[in-house]
Amino acid sequence: MNQENLDNHQDMDLAQLPIVVEGLTKSFGDFIAVDHVSFSVKAGDVFGWLGPNGAGKTTTIRMLLGLIKPTSGSASVLGFDPVTQTKTMQAHVGYMSQQFTLYNELTARENIQFYGKVYGLDREELGKRQDEIIRMAGLVGRENVLTSRLSGGWKQRLALGCAIVHRPQVVFLDEPTAGVDPISRRDFWGLIYAMTKKGVTVLVTTHYMDEAELCQRVGFISQGRLVAIDSPSRLKQTQMHGQVLEINCSDPEGGMRVLKTIQHQGQIPILEVALYGAQIHVVLPDVQEYKEAIRNILLQKNIQVNSIEWIAPTLEDVFISSVTTFSP
Amino acid sequence: MIDEITLSAEGLSKRFGTSNGSNNAVDHLSLQVRRGETYGLIGPDGAGKTTTVRLLLGLLSRSEGKSSILGFDSMNDTYEIRERVGYIAQQFVLPADLTVMENMSFFANIQGVTREEQKNRIPELLAFAGLTDFTGRLAGQLSGGMKKKLALACSLIHTPQVVLLDEPTLGVDPVSRREFWNLLGNLRAERGLTIFVCTPYMDEAERCTQIGLIYEGKLIASDTPTQIKRLVNGELLELTPSRFVPAQELMTGLEGVLEVQTYGEKLHVFVDEAVRRTPQIEAALNTQGITHQGIRRIEIRMEEAFISLIRRQAHANEKANTETELKGQK
Repeated sequence: MNQENLDNHQDMDLAQLPIVVEGLTKSFGDFIAVDHVSFSVKAGDVFGWLGPNGAGKTTTIRMLLGLIKPTSGSASVLGFDPVTQTKTMQAHVGYMSQQFTLYNELTARENIQFYGKVYGLDREELGKRQDEIIRMAGLVGRENVLTSRLSGGWKQRLALGCAIVHRPQVVFLDEPTAGVDPISRRDFWGLIYAMTKKGVTVLVTTHYMDEAELCQRVGFISQGRLVAIDSPSRLKQTQMHGQVLEINCSDPEGGMRVLKTIQHQGQIPILEVALYGAQIHVVLPDVQEYKEAIRNILLQKNIQVNSIEWIAPTLEDVFISSVTTFSP
Repeated sequence: MIDEITLSAEGLSKRFGTSNGSNNAVDHLSLQVRRGETYGLIGPDGAGKTTTVRLLLGLLSRSEGKSSILGFDSMNDTYEIRERVGYIAQQFVLPADLTVMENMSFFANIQGVTREEQKNRIPELLAFAGLTDFTGRLAGQLSGGMKKKLALACSLIHTPQVVLLDEPTLGVDPVSRREFWNLLGNLRAERGLTIFVCTPYMDEAERCTQIGLIYEGKLIASDTPTQIKRLVNGELLELTPSRFVPAQELMTGLEGVLEVQTYGEKLHVFVDEAVRRTPQIEAALNTQGITHQGIRRIEIRMEEAFISLIRRQAHANEKANTETELKGQK
């Protein structure tokens, strides 16, 4: 895997890539939070860094930001070493954390000014930049509102604005959309792509698989290890263990009970069975092989099968399959 | 009786006083949930989801209308409701310094479950939630997903017939969310439990049997996930244009284009007829020198439907407001 994931970029000089991670490892005592992770991200790409809670996503980002030192391995961000060239690197890098580190008692504009000063922008540049950011974040008319009075979506866009006030070339976003509604999330991703069109490289973590679909490439991390890395469409072709069978039947609850029993008895190797609204999803090693058997079992229990067919796995199916079947 | 109404609201309203008059947090909301259904209430932030749940439970007093659970009035029969209904409040936190087992007994005692009943029920619920091996662990030291499962187990301690869950999976990862929803599916299949759940996740909405879409306190649609998606006008095309903003502007003005949504670097274009409009869109992009990697028709998911229906409503509300203002000026 460690070699494979650099494949896509083999033709390029690694030193030219904005993010390169090689054998990156971080241990806290006996606990290995990040375990020999290697990947790279191309300029202008949105790279999704996905994993269950505690898988090592944030630890990876903190190492890339130079906030903590790797135990072994190395990283390079815009050609800088986060460990030895922390300050220089940080001047070119933006970071937005889950907690939106905004000052609630300051207005939107004051927050931007504050971050501009922290990043050492001069007066003229800061003046220009704050107006740009207010426009970008759609905060026109709300620039003088106290941040505490802004709703989730506004705060989130303001936090992004503050994170990029110094025009960074690489931006790290750690669960930037947690807890905001689908419309605000769409708007936020519009902003992300507007940045990448200007050549900015983005590394983002998220628990929303519909957002992961929007990344050019995604890496799945589980228990500190990189388990898969590719484009979302390729991952769906290569990383799914088992196939999903969708059943529409006259009695989904009854069907579910029957299939649970079958699963426990082991007659058919059902990997998972679950209710999805009015449908039942059954994960099987091979849909074609067991489809008729399942239809017959349901019919024997007087459950009418209206449709029973293979469905394409979603990225969420693939993600769950990859991170749960993986054991180091 | 399968068609029994478990949860009902009629013209339910809640007004909160604000500095400039009053604000309808919930505005003449009517809905019915049948026994054994999983009803998902979805809507943008601040739409009134939590207020609705609190009104149904009698935790807030209504300004108008009525509501009941299992035939018991939300405001007058709170004791009967509490006995028969489980509830996980938004951002509910379990006592962190109690172990898993202590949490279970704690909630059992609050709900008046006898020691005798606890003996069987607690191990059963722990097994159901996959927490049997963690009984001695402090709740504060559980993973996010396990905390949610423990909260669910605690809400079921008094064998309720209905549970109301307010964003029960907020902030947990996809693996834990899937496990949590599989548990809800099991409860539906094995116990016929009625579930009323608020969620910001559109993939979770697809796992409900019925969905209510709430916006500015009003229920704007209530139906099965399949039917809700059919409420969206037209068919959906997806493309990745070389120049995003010009392409977006161009699409908006084309004949047969009903709506344009952005999706990262992609455009989602709703058209009246995909087969007919695809070549026309291609031609229009060509004349502007905008390239793309193909236009493909895709299924409308709950997320696209949600955005489309909320926007339509927002537009209608704005129009109504302007008209009221104009009338006022005359």
